[in-house]
Amino acid sequence: MSQVMNRDIEAGSPLLRDAESERAMLEDAAARVLARARAGGADAAEVSVSSSHGRNVTVRLGEIDVLEDARDRGVSVTVYINRASGSASTGDLGAESLERAVDQALAIARHTQPDPAGGLAPAELMASRIEDFDQWHPRELDMASLIERAKLIEQAGMDADARIENSEGASVSADAAIGIYANSHGFVGNGRSTRFGQSCVLVARDASGMQRDWDWDDQGRFEALADPGITGRKAAERAVRRLGARSAPSGRTPVLFDNSVALGLVRHLVGAVSGGNLYRRSSFLLDTVGKQLFPEWVRIDEEPHLPGGARSSSFDSEGVATRQQPLIEAGVLRRYVLGSYSARKLGLQTTGNAGGVRNLVFSPGTKNFEELVVEMGRGLVVTEVMGQGVNLVTGDYSRGASGFWVEDGRIAYPVEEITIAGNLGEMFSGLIAAGSDLETRRNIQVPSLLVDGMTVAGQA
Amino acid sequence: MLELATQSLLTPAGIDSGDIERALGRLVEGRIDLGDLYFQHRQNEGWSLEDGIVKSGSFSIDQGVGVRAISGTGTGFAYADAISMPALMQAAGNARAIARAGASGATAVTRPVHAPALYAADNPVEAADSASKVDLLRTIDAYTRSLDARITQVSVSLSCQHESILVAASDGTLAGDVRPLIRLDVRVIAEQGDRRESGNAGGGGRYALAGLMAPESWQKFADEAVRQALVNLEAVDAPAGFMKVVLGPGWPGVLLHEAIGHGLEGDFHRKGISAFSGRMGERIATEHCTVVDDGTLAERRGSLSIDDEGTPGARNVLIEDGRLTGLMQDKLNARAMGVAPTGNGRRESFAHLPLPRMTNTYMLPGEHAPEEIIASVDDGIYAVNFNGGQVDITSGKFVFVASEAYRIKNGKLGAPIKGATLIGNGPDVLTRVAMVGNDLELDSGVGVCGKEGQGVPVGVGQPTLRIDGLTVGGTQ
Repeated sequence: MSQVMNRDIEAGSPLLRDAESERAMLEDAAARVLARARAGGADAAEVSVSSSHGRNVTVRLGEIDVLEDARDRGVSVTVYINRASGSASTGDLGAESLERAVDQALAIARHTQPDPAGGLAPAELMASRIEDFDQWHPRELDMASLIERAKLIEQAGMDADARIENSEGASVSADAAIGIYANSHGFVGNGRSTRFGQSCVLVARDASGMQRDWDWDDQGRFEALADPGITGRKAAERAVRRLGARSAPSGRTPVLFDNSVALGLVRHLVGAVSGGNLYRRSSFLLDTVGKQLFPEWVRIDEEPHLPGGARSSSFDSEGVATRQQPLIEAGVLRRYVLGSYSARKLGLQTTGNAGGVRNLVFSPGTKNFEELVVEMGRGLVVTEVMGQGVNLVTGDYSRGASGFWVEDGRIAYPVEEITIAGNLGEMFSGLIAAGSDLETRRNIQVPSLLVDGMTVAGQA
Repeated sequence: MLELATQSLLTPAGIDSGDIERALGRLVEGRIDLGDLYFQHRQNEGWSLEDGIVKSGSFSIDQGVGVRAISGTGTGFAYADAISMPALMQAAGNARAIARAGASGATAVTRPVHAPALYAADNPVEAADSASKVDLLRTIDAYTRSLDARITQVSVSLSCQHESILVAASDGTLAGDVRPLIRLDVRVIAEQGDRRESGNAGGGGRYALAGLMAPESWQKFADEAVRQALVNLEAVDAPAGFMKVVLGPGWPGVLLHEAIGHGLEGDFHRKGISAFSGRMGERIATEHCTVVDDGTLAERRGSLSIDDEGTPGARNVLIEDGRLTGLMQDKLNARAMGVAPTGNGRRESFAHLPLPRMTNTYMLPGEHAPEEIIASVDDGIYAVNFNGGQVDITSGKFVFVASEAYRIKNGKLGAPIKGATLIGNGPDVLTRVAMVGNDLELDSGVGVCGKEGQGVPVGVGQPTLRIDGLTVGGTQ
């Protein structure tokens, strides 16, 4: 195999070898698009251009399952004519294809209706400095070394426990991406980042049946990835501990969301205070800036400039300068999450959140996970939720769940095929404690959260 | 179809059958069991209305070629987002990294696949001009707002897709397809006092755009979205616990998709990780249940003349009179399990690998009138609309989320209840099907199924069903 690979795949990645000329090519494409838009009668225009290269290998039961080499480029353009907009995109950065995309966007803008809130973000809010947040750590990794790492991960998991009897495989990936955003204010911003990931999904079996679980890591630097053995063993441990799961007692109980599931609760908060849902009146948190949504000890900050942060950037997706700012302070909602469009719809200022939040950090508490279990005493630990049962219009929350039942401050047994239900507004105000176990590998960083008084339904 | 696909995909790039064979030959140098090339050209056009104005429109063209080499159960995969010989040859070189070194393979595409035309021969992007699409959205908006004074927000979106695909494989397959796909959605917010609720409805399929633009089509969606929002304004808290559930016909068939459909996809069986692994021929449902996956229905959203590996779409019986009789297969998994592919090899695009996927999955009708089924329940719920669902293949646990449901007490429908998650266990839920209605319906054409990060359009359907025991995730 290595013979074939040496001749072909290892020819290498132009994006990694020569990121500067790739960036110059993308900037040139962006400039062509803006020029064509102006020439075609647009009052304003904006364009995003990206290029990425990824390699991903999956090994299953010691054999190669998938080797993937993914190279993508893309451009998307939005033009404005008398405040009417049109958008187009294409995956081909050839001159002809770019021109066609712009012409299509212009044709669409002649049919859409003028939108008083439409247009670019205000010129005076454009980021004036593009900083480097330590997100580019290129490393050419050949397929053979990715395969070897995936095998180590899986083998460590298979060896960890006799009850691990099957595998969905271990994967290792290396990705690099460069992006440009430019608009007719003259703003041109660029960003580039590398990401390295590994994961392992294992299947445990005993007399009670089969259970599957996984572990993962994701880092900007290859060297920062967890030891392969750790990822494999944790996947095994997580699958095995689910064996023998049964239903839980129905009724009202406290629920401890582990830090992976607690992230979802913060995402629902962000969704409900995002401009799009607010101006569409599709949120249970209309008119809540300055209101107490959480207990006083809760603080959530947006930190768009975190060094090495997964989504750190000096500018948002319409060029507006991002800034460090609180979202929740002393439990009170300080602001909404707005881009310029939704800000105009609401008669407010953009918060530099076009394209969403960058890095959010929920200030952790002082108790570790085990101490939170003790504090809960009796109730449910949730390690996984299923389904789309969250209604942001009303805040009603009803999800399938699995995890562990807790008695006397200790984990008693694994549970599955249960539901947890409540209302997000009450869940937020009913937060009892946050753990010290902040999950820092995601752009929204959240610790485990203990919530009072949800309804659990099961067959027991 | 093959001729049309060849004209739109290969002719502009100057690629002929000799070039195809040359690329396949490069791909299968070394020990490769199957190599294939997947050419795709896709146009998407979308229009959306909000706050009474058609404020955005978008257009995109995506084209490229995906190249796959299979050795045993291992796959090498690469793609190029341009259709040209140099790009094709480079992708072929990268994809065959999976190969063990060996002799050069020779290949010829000698087996053209001819499939029946299942869809309208209509390119919805071009079938109507932009002005009439914009007018349609404004007309729908005005109509929807006129239905009830409590409707405070209306959004309408129309999407039109037209794609051509061509598959050439080292097993000789040469097949093409030209697929239209249209969809219209209406979403409303209703407000009354301090309550606010949403409703949404929509539909589409692989039929002519004129069918969707006709008032009798879109008025149904608008009426339904408004009705749902108004019902939800009256909804009371849902019950919590294990109880009898009656599911309405049509879209609630998402139950079948989640609870058993995914668990019968061939890849999970080849790997032995499905809760249904090793249960072929066993009784997994009551004798009232026969479930099929059918890609051959005319003009449905999930239908396929040929799948994305060039295998003709088919009607596959998954469960017959309660017994597990069939799985859904793509070429890789069928080969590994020693069975034939079933026309279920699907991929989101040229940049994604084929996987065994559902098409239109539904249960055949039984003999009971729906009223009779509701009247048979002392205490339970009647759920008629759903948001979607999810399943854990290995444990078999699945959820689906009711968005419109009612309490049943003493055989009579009571108050509407708030949305709630229903959770059950795939391998035993159909063993609790006590009654099957005579009112089979297919959904209106809105389903998107996600698997390994790939979304593909699907259909579901069922008659009214009574299930004697699912856990309902309310708060009361």
